[in-house]
Amino acid sequence: MHLVVCAKQIPDPETPPSAFKIDPQKNEVIPAPGIAPVLSQFDGIAAEAALRIKEKAGDTKVTVISMGAESAQQAIKQVLAMGADEGVLLNDPAFEKGDPHTTATVLAAAIKKLGHVDAVFCGRQAADWDWGEVGILIAEHMNWPVAIIAKGVELQDGKFRVQRVLEDGFQTVDVPMPSVITVSNEFGEPRYPKLQQIMQAARKTVTSWKSGDLGVDAGAVGAAGARLKLERLYIPEKEGKAEIMDAETPADQAKQLVEKLKAAKIL
Amino acid sequence: MPRNVLVVGELSEGAPTSTTIELVGAGSRLAGGGTVAVTLLGNGAAAAAAATFPAGATKAFTSDDANYDQFRSDQWLAAVESAFGLASPDLVLMAQSLVGRELAPRLAFRHNTAAAMDCVHLADDGGTLKVTRPVYGGNALATFSFATSPAVATVRAKSQDPIEPKAGASGETAELPAAGEARAAIIGREKVEAEGLQLQDAPVVVSGGRGLGSPDGFKLVEELAAAIGKDKAAVGASRAACDLGWYPPSQQVGLTGKVVTPDLYIAVAISGASQHMAGCSGSKTIIAINKDPEANIFKSARFGIVGDYRQVLPPLIAAIKAAR
Repeated sequence: MHLVVCAKQIPDPETPPSAFKIDPQKNEVIPAPGIAPVLSQFDGIAAEAALRIKEKAGDTKVTVISMGAESAQQAIKQVLAMGADEGVLLNDPAFEKGDPHTTATVLAAAIKKLGHVDAVFCGRQAADWDWGEVGILIAEHMNWPVAIIAKGVELQDGKFRVQRVLEDGFQTVDVPMPSVITVSNEFGEPRYPKLQQIMQAARKTVTSWKSGDLGVDAGAVGAAGARLKLERLYIPEKEGKAEIMDAETPADQAKQLVEKLKAAKIL
Repeated sequence: MPRNVLVVGELSEGAPTSTTIELVGAGSRLAGGGTVAVTLLGNGAAAAAAATFPAGATKAFTSDDANYDQFRSDQWLAAVESAFGLASPDLVLMAQSLVGRELAPRLAFRHNTAAAMDCVHLADDGGTLKVTRPVYGGNALATFSFATSPAVATVRAKSQDPIEPKAGASGETAELPAAGEARAAIIGREKVEAEGLQLQDAPVVVSGGRGLGSPDGFKLVEELAAAIGKDKAAVGASRAACDLGWYPPSQQVGLTGKVVTPDLYIAVAISGASQHMAGCSGSKTIIAINKDPEANIFKSARFGIVGDYRQVLPPLIAAIKAAR
């Protein structure tokens, strides 16, 4: 089998709010000094899902692809260290400042160029823009079925049996191959590569493809092809500070709080 | 310029969901005299349509086919495509739900347009539709316009107000085709919901986070909710607590969990990451109990107690019981 993992490098979501800044002229996040970008958490979990399938099924190749800056090599290397076999970086200024549609256009073109693919694993959403669309749009490009927000995936009788997280529980669905599966945090933690694997991954070559290699029209991707236009990016104002109960003991603070709630007619 | 709006509605126990009513209301505000059509699919859909007209719909497209009861995106997409042909929408609205998350991108793809997900604000800016949505885990907000038409948007529950009901309003109805084929087969369905009061319906939500230190900490959180009243308070949890397996994912409050807007939200040992605040910032009053005085949660809370929940909750439970 050939499985593809889509990985995205993003600003660290654990960046403390005090270090999270926006350039209002450029409508861009200013990279926080000293905080390196990371592999989007959900994509690491998607890689874990693909690698577990590979280990069970055997004779399976896992290719990780990432669209992004040169630094996205790091995200690719991380998935290679986890156990993926090959990496492809989709790096072209023409791809920048796009939207979910243009990202999916580039990724789908790369997946088609990879040849035979049995399944594509994506995170449920990227933890920066939180669209949650790219996996679904890749499926549309490929005309494949999609199962989103998976907490479990198993290969069974030539199909994927996917356990999905719903608002009020779980659902089990069977999707035929090939298909796209997007994976949620309920799946569990991704594996932590061993030092030896990290060193091996550093030696694996990462192929680089540009718009010309993929045969995509540079005007149809990135900012030129985006169908959603970012008008404004801003940090919402926080309301301020809480009124902290200042009585001496926890017991008195609790009583003080209940009095406040009664006075405000909340309780 | 009038704008034709198509709302993809959802049913719960034979009635339009509250989010459907909110979306129809938002649609009627944005339509500017255009039509507001709604689709309803599944058992009882035709009868349920009557409830959408007072809420602002002018047309309802329905199918009572019970094969639509469980959402299968291939089947729903075909039905919505039929309604799309009848409604010629400039704007399609769906809930940020199981349905909208999957259907909105697919519908947009098929019409060479784009879907904006999880919008919390929809505005007409001099004839241009602008949508605003939380990004970067809720750290920032982003406003988008559409370069293509129609605009497709999923909308966060409870972010839109319903309109004042128009008593006696009625509208056109038309029938949609029965369900066709679906590539994904539903094999099983497991409901995992807390007994009694549901999170989204509760006027009070008491949530616990990673700071509880162990799953046992939720016992005190549950006791606090019970002291407030089993008919009033439900228990939630942060994603960190759910990921640690301390509480069921169905009770997760946050960007990737449920969005709640209770009158009172009590956050116990929750740091207040943006990811979590995205699920509770619409609460009328937030109370934070955290031992870290610098915790982000105190920025969003109206009242706070700085202290270890193990010391704070028992007297708080007693004081609430005494006050009732």
